[in-house]
Amino acid sequence: MAENDAMPTLPKKCGPYISSVTSRGMNLVIRGIVLFFIGVFLALVLNLLQIQRNVTLFPPDVITSIFSSAWWVPPCCGTASAVIGLLYPCMDRHLGEPHKFKREWSSVMRCVAVFVGINHASAKVNFANNIQLSLTLAALSIGLWWTFDRSRSGFGLGIGIAFLATLVSQLLVYNGVYQYTSPDFLYVRSWLPCIFFAGGITMGNIGRQLAMVSLEQGVSCLLVKVLIYMSFLPSYIPTSYLSCGCR
Amino acid sequence: MTLTEKLRERISRAFYNHGLLCASYPIPIILFTGLCILACCYPLLKLPLPGTGPVEYSTPVKDYSPPSPDVGLQQGDLSERPDWYVGAPVAYIQQIFVKATVSPWQKNFLAVDVFRSPLSRVFQLVEEIRNHALRDSSGVKSLEEVCLQVTDLLPGLKKLRNLLPEHGCLLLSPGNFWQNDRERFNADPDIIKTIHQHEPKTLQTSATLKDLLFGLPGKYSGVNLYNRKRVVSYTVTLGLQQYDSRFLSSLRSRLKLLHPSPNCTLREENIVHVHFKEEIGIAELIPLVTTYIILFAYIYFSTRKIDMVKSKWGLALAAVVTVLSSLLMSVGLCTLFGLTPTLNGGEIFPYLVVVIGLENVLVLTKSVVSTPVDLEVKLRIAQGMQNDLSGVVLLGLVSCLQEFCLFAVVGLVSDFFLQMFFFTTVLSIDIRRMELADLNKRLPAEACMPPAKPVSRSQRYERQPAMRPATPHTITLQPSSFRNLRLPKRLRVIYFFARTRLAQRLIMAGTVIWIGILVYTDPAGLRTYLTSQVTEQSPLGEAGLPPMPVPGGVLPAGDPKIDLSVFPSDPIQLSENQTQQREQKSGLESLTEVTWGPEDEEIWRKLSFRHWPSLFSYYNITLAKRYISILPAIPVTLYLNPQEALEVRHPQEANRYHPFLSPSSGKLGAEAQPDQASSKLQGHQDVTLYKVAALGLASGIILVLLLFCLYRVFCPKNYGQNGLSHSRRKRGDLPCDDYGYSPPETEIVPLVLRGHLMDIECLASDGMLLVSCCLVGQIRVWDAQTGDCLTVIPKPRLRRDSSGIFDYQESWDHSPDGKNGLDDSFENSHQLKRMLSPPQPLLFCDQPDLTSLIDTNFSERVKVAESETRLRAVGSRQKETGYDFSSLVGKAYEEHSTSSCGNLAGLPAPSLGDESFTGFDKSSPLPSWGGDLESSVWSLDLQGNLIVAGRSNGKLEVRSEARRQPGRCRSCSAGPLLTRLRLSLRIVAARLNGSLDFFSLETHTSLNHLQFRGAPSRSSIPSSPVFSSSDVIVCQLTHTVSCAHQKPITALKAAAGRLVTGSQDHTLRVFRLEDSCCLFTLQGHSGAITAVYIDQVGCTQEQQPLQAPAEPPVPPEGPSWGPLLLCTWRS
Repeated sequence: MAENDAMPTLPKKCGPYISSVTSRGMNLVIRGIVLFFIGVFLALVLNLLQIQRNVTLFPPDVITSIFSSAWWVPPCCGTASAVIGLLYPCMDRHLGEPHKFKREWSSVMRCVAVFVGINHASAKVNFANNIQLSLTLAALSIGLWWTFDRSRSGFGLGIGIAFLATLVSQLLVYNGVYQYTSPDFLYVRSWLPCIFFAGGITMGNIGRQLAMVSLEQGVSCLLVKVLIYMSFLPSYIPTSYLSCGCR
Repeated sequence: MTLTEKLRERISRAFYNHGLLCASYPIPIILFTGLCILACCYPLLKLPLPGTGPVEYSTPVKDYSPPSPDVGLQQGDLSERPDWYVGAPVAYIQQIFVKATVSPWQKNFLAVDVFRSPLSRVFQLVEEIRNHALRDSSGVKSLEEVCLQVTDLLPGLKKLRNLLPEHGCLLLSPGNFWQNDRERFNADPDIIKTIHQHEPKTLQTSATLKDLLFGLPGKYSGVNLYNRKRVVSYTVTLGLQQYDSRFLSSLRSRLKLLHPSPNCTLREENIVHVHFKEEIGIAELIPLVTTYIILFAYIYFSTRKIDMVKSKWGLALAAVVTVLSSLLMSVGLCTLFGLTPTLNGGEIFPYLVVVIGLENVLVLTKSVVSTPVDLEVKLRIAQGMQNDLSGVVLLGLVSCLQEFCLFAVVGLVSDFFLQMFFFTTVLSIDIRRMELADLNKRLPAEACMPPAKPVSRSQRYERQPAMRPATPHTITLQPSSFRNLRLPKRLRVIYFFARTRLAQRLIMAGTVIWIGILVYTDPAGLRTYLTSQVTEQSPLGEAGLPPMPVPGGVLPAGDPKIDLSVFPSDPIQLSENQTQQREQKSGLESLTEVTWGPEDEEIWRKLSFRHWPSLFSYYNITLAKRYISILPAIPVTLYLNPQEALEVRHPQEANRYHPFLSPSSGKLGAEAQPDQASSKLQGHQDVTLYKVAALGLASGIILVLLLFCLYRVFCPKNYGQNGLSHSRRKRGDLPCDDYGYSPPETEIVPLVLRGHLMDIECLASDGMLLVSCCLVGQIRVWDAQTGDCLTVIPKPRLRRDSSGIFDYQESWDHSPDGKNGLDDSFENSHQLKRMLSPPQPLLFCDQPDLTSLIDTNFSERVKVAESETRLRAVGSRQKETGYDFSSLVGKAYEEHSTSSCGNLAGLPAPSLGDESFTGFDKSSPLPSWGGDLESSVWSLDLQGNLIVAGRSNGKLEVRSEARRQPGRCRSCSAGPLLTRLRLSLRIVAARLNGSLDFFSLETHTSLNHLQFRGAPSRSSIPSSPVFSSSDVIVCQLTHTVSCAHQKPITALKAAAGRLVTGSQDHTLRVFRLEDSCCLFTLQGHSGAITAVYIDQVGCTQEQQPLQAPAEPPVPPEGPSWGPLLLCTWRS
């Protein structure tokens, strides 16, 4: 009972809230870490999805190509996903309307799977032109939101994230940090906002689900969970798309 | 009734009948479904396994011209050509297949002679090929002009730099091992070593250098020491850039002229074009693996949602089987109708499952499970199907590909079929099993079942495997409870439907719109695609089905001729003995004939199917989605005479190798060498096989372990995490209604209160608050609604270090028991008491001093009673006083039971303790320090915001517990050996020795209190903020019934001014609370009383079931007592 021992030293006013406050802070940190690692993992995986379209037949160094893209991409994705995943439940709390729609892990799993599927489609399907691809992905992203989120705040936040992330990537490309193979929307691909939007929805879904996990569990308990989540909750970080086409 | 309604009703009727059918004849239907699956999967046998095998297409050599790069020009024979057969191939491969032997063979030759001299001829042959030139009217055309010019090797292949050609023609021969230098070859003392130096040591997955240079699999080359046929085969592989038929035919004729192969029967009609698909590399596998991981997680979380079935995992497995076999079926059907799915099935499978698969199965299960339990299984299934009708029919699907759409339609149909037949049946079996096993268990005896019912149920159980239709069996239930439970569930299912269907319909509509847009904007692609599909499916085009792809190297089964030679090594080994004998008979010399059989045809088929891709990849040329054309091989037969063989022999070899089948070691060698040879030969295959098998086994084990760990790790955590709504619970924990039908899992989320370090000893609740105490003595107060821990009262040992100054704010955290100023003041008296108290017969030596504190003076009690009236006693009085404490705090009176049991023999010195109390005109609580460290809480009770804890040392603690604020220890009255305390407006403490103590609780405003006491030190008793800051609770001992029972009191209940105690002496007593007067003694039980219950009317019923196993329970007595007591009390 770590909280127990610590409690007497705290001022009395905190009273019975102390335990919940401390564990809430701890919980926040842990959730952030979990989300970060999910982000990093998915950044790597989905990056590959993009890269492998141009992968040579027998690259002697397939494994190294996983890490061949810029080193800063996975941490950025991780950070972004942590922020998004924490932002969603936080926003829910402030708006006072907790998200109740399909709050269960299987739904989250579906969400993640559909999201990876969207990425898969964008990487594998050869469309006639970019507009079609973008429109399709946009429709799918909206479908994702409708299927798994359906909250106005989530939609708004997703739009905001998509806008912000697209802006950032535009700036990055403009400054020559990296580039896309065939930009058709200013400097980036036109489907990028859709992917960002879907990624934001997905991460928000995960973050909300994580926030529902009881705060009362011990730290060790949660750390065990971290490991499990890391291996079984691959989700997506929108920013992994930053590395698309960057060679 | 409109048409749609009629239709709907008819459909639902049909589903009902179908469900009835499925539930009635489960096993025939499952068998039927299995047969259907197998039949639909049959076309799959023709498909290449992982979908990455190369595809072949043959054209005759005659009139061959490279296909034009433009698709439109080839409309004529479109149906015959695969769509990849467009444009020039990457390269034409011309192989010159050489078979060479030394003939006649002499007995004294060495084993190495078998291949040394044949190999030495390769240099000459290569020179001939290289220098070949076609001279005709147009000029001279040399090989350099037509051959495939290769440039640098990939940088990573430095090792092979000297072995593979660079900057020139792609011309591969075994001579490359020696840089095409005859001198090097002659100087090479160990050919075998040279050839094998680049062989990988590990499992071979792709072509090795030896294969590349020899152009045929290593075991056919005959270059080893145990070659019994003494025929060496190798090829010279030539890569050509352009197809020049005249040049090639001149080369062919020239080689045939130089090295005639008289008995060669190789066919030379066809050019085989081999198309290579995109390779699946590690990079491609990682996202795939990720999607599969997501899939498994999804399945896991989904199965947790299934409730009310016998085995969740079995059902989940059935669901997965359903989806998987629907995938296989749809692929098979697509293949049958000529739609060759180019999409990798493994790639889309996870999405298919996630998007449509399990959810519908869950819908089905839910709707079946949500039907009333009392119906028979058949009817339940039928009704569930009826509910579900709109569910499964309208399947929407996110589809991204034209092909995927087509594929998905077929997939959905087969999935629907399987759900209708396979899964429904499995579900019916499962539910039936559950009914038998669980309902039996869960139905309590009083669930108004006729006694004959269990029999019939077991009969049904017997009957089931025999597939006889189950007899109708209905469990009658009280309609009221049944309806209560069922309606919300139905509603929820309807909501569930509504949500899911809405989403699916929307997605489907979106897909349709999208397809429409696609058709509109992209006429070229889709329309041509569709037309091609139509032509393929038309009956006339039946014959023109695209050739079933047969992977070149992997499945040579397509060619019957090659079929014969799949394992050509076997006949060789079988005939070994005979050959040997023949040889021995024939004397010193034997002639070896080079034969060309059907097994030599298209020898490249026996190469690994990655042979060509890996060869070209060395030069950074990818074959993915491109094709190469393999020209018919040119056979070359070389006969070498013994002189040649002897000439090229290396001097060292004579020493190292034994003569081939030397007569001296003939016998021995004849036995040993074949064994070695065959074992080597076979060993090579076998080791690979074993490696693969071991790998598969290991990965299987790892998978199983992983799943097991997953299960173990996830499951224990699921119990009662309120975040995870679908935690798995033990059935017994479910709040089942009386017929065992537990509400769905979503409704009940156990609230887990964590914090106690040890086992929880006792628990009390008043609906809003929950007080619990663990073995350590730590008391926690919880909010029963939210699960927050409001207060932690640590072990009382902390009280010790408190000083006399009572700090209102600090006292809670440091010593929640309330370090009162009283402590000091009582210290003296306590020690005094200790001195006064005589030695007591104690079972627990740490408890003696407490006994002295317990008893208060009876005379004192009276006084107290008076003073009590005088004081403005706020609501510690109960109903008699009529004071409603809730005006201040909520309900202030409380009903507490505190049991603290010191197993003392008796109360020896009650009188001595009195003195200490006499010092105070109020019998204010006495903290007893002595036994506190070891004393544990034996009983707890809670009412309003007062907590009473009885400790094992006989002490009674009363605290006021504010809901939002930490309470304080109000007063401690020590009673020695308290068995049980019941407090109702008063605290009643029962002790193990059978005595009862009655305490009364009062609150005083501090003002009054001070006035009354006059002693400032005493006023330091903290007052709880809840009680209004000035209130003080005082606990007074009012009565003591010294021998209420002869044996320990085990049960205690108080209500309506009466107190009922049950004891191990088989009797109950009813006391009046006010004056502790014993009203009745109830006899009749033949065992110890374990529980007492009083309902509000005043009726009591005693039971003695569990803890008096020696005595049979006396059920008739309990009921008979109720009226008796009721009568008595009312009178």
